[in-house]
Amino acid sequence: MTTDHPADHLLHRYSQGDPGIPADELWAVESHLETCAPCRARLAPEPIAEAVWASLSPLLDRTPQMPRARAWRRVHGWVSPAAGPWLAMILLVIAAAVVLDRAGFAVGDRVSLVLLVAPVLPVLGVAASWGRSLDPAWELTAATPRAGLPLVFRRTAAVLAVVVPGLAVASLLTGAGFGRWLLPCLAFTVGTLALGTLVGVTRAAVVLIAAWALVIVAPTIAFSRTSVVLGAAAAPVWVALLGAGLVVLALRRMAFTRLEGNR
Amino acid sequence: MTAPTTYAWEIEARDLRVKAGRRMAVDGVTLSMGRGVHGLLGPNGAGKTTLVRALATVLEPHSGELSMLGGAELRHLRRRVGYLPQEFGHYRRFTVREFVAYVAWLKEMRDIPAAVQRAVERVGLADRADDRMKTLSGGMIRRAGIAQAIVNDPEILLLDEPTAGLDPAQRLRFRELLTELGTDACVVVSTHLVEDVAAACTDVVLLSQGKLVFQGTTERLAAHGTERHAGDSPLERGYSAVLGIPDRPGSW
Repeated sequence: MTTDHPADHLLHRYSQGDPGIPADELWAVESHLETCAPCRARLAPEPIAEAVWASLSPLLDRTPQMPRARAWRRVHGWVSPAAGPWLAMILLVIAAAVVLDRAGFAVGDRVSLVLLVAPVLPVLGVAASWGRSLDPAWELTAATPRAGLPLVFRRTAAVLAVVVPGLAVASLLTGAGFGRWLLPCLAFTVGTLALGTLVGVTRAAVVLIAAWALVIVAPTIAFSRTSVVLGAAAAPVWVALLGAGLVVLALRRMAFTRLEGNR
Repeated sequence: MTAPTTYAWEIEARDLRVKAGRRMAVDGVTLSMGRGVHGLLGPNGAGKTTLVRALATVLEPHSGELSMLGGAELRHLRRRVGYLPQEFGHYRRFTVREFVAYVAWLKEMRDIPAAVQRAVERVGLADRADDRMKTLSGGMIRRAGIAQAIVNDPEILLLDEPTAGLDPAQRLRFRELLTELGTDACVVVSTHLVEDVAAACTDVVLLSQGKLVFQGTTERLAAHGTERHAGDSPLERGYSAVLGIPDRPGSW
């Protein structure tokens, strides 16, 4: 490649858009400018930029200015836009359970309502975060590059960030042990997602709510005491379920990039 | 600088079969689409939506080959695709700008505010950009849907029934936008309105019961029709001829 740079007067004529430059010279100048930064720099201080600016600046006053994004919209990097009302409802349910517990309302012999509702609360939040029935933009979301396990985890973390502190405060107020609700709560959360990779999050939520009613609520009402699955002896079972759920999630993670994940 | 294109067609499908539930809704479709506006036509239930969903990579093909942008990796591919689903679900409490920005974030874009402004201006919603979605009319919602699809300047743009709910003037403007977009992207427009295709599309793909029955220019489709076939325009008569719809007024 030659190192002959175009002369000043030629560059000047080029930048003015002079139609009198022969085609071959024009081509040579243009191809030279494409590869030579110093020569492009020689072009820059030309009045073109000022001319462009002069015609733009009166327009700027009439162009509507973009308002800054409201800060609270940024939380939607974590909280699904559809989940807000559901998270509020979860807090309300916890508050109601605490009030009823404190008021001495009990299903038979000292059954804690906080303990009873703990497993099912995150299921609702997760369903609202990824389920087709609760999130109107489900198809749009599933088709974006961000769809997939990382986004699902973010949204689930946001749900747990509401549910777990809420339940922690409730258990302090009512005296229900931490260990007794935390494991079932986490196991139901992961279970919804794991089952969701197989049958869709909405259906998984329905199945798990039914399981909760059958295994936890029904025995409590029938025998008027806290179901054995919420007792301390059941902890290893919950840990095993949690582990199994995580394994299924890892194996089936691609389901969340397709529509099958939010049926 | 962008790398030179190394593929012949933006979308290439060979013997593609896609299931919708248990039904094989797309059953052995072979087609190739390059830049331009492609009209995806067919009666209700022909498999248009399923095909568009497969192109949007949200449905996995049951069998066959689908190569898009030369077989790009899923996440990279999705950054270069725009998609407007048939049911455009949106968040009613978001403003247009917030919603389009949220989708831009989902598409992992940089410099989101400027891209959002451009997209909103292109669909003519700049003056309503800061109004909440629930205050918009049906046609405006549709345009917001198109704005979110084009916010990332996609190389493949998939629009499923985009003209539903637009009034005649808006449809004219929309066709202009389509022609504009088709000059440097591969635009696939699914519709059952033959006149939309006639006005804006360079190319027609006709589906019937999951099979591809015609691919070619609008003129070639029109040439299939004769006076004996049902329809009010040459293109409609061509459509009826290829689908084998007899001219029996009053029957469905």
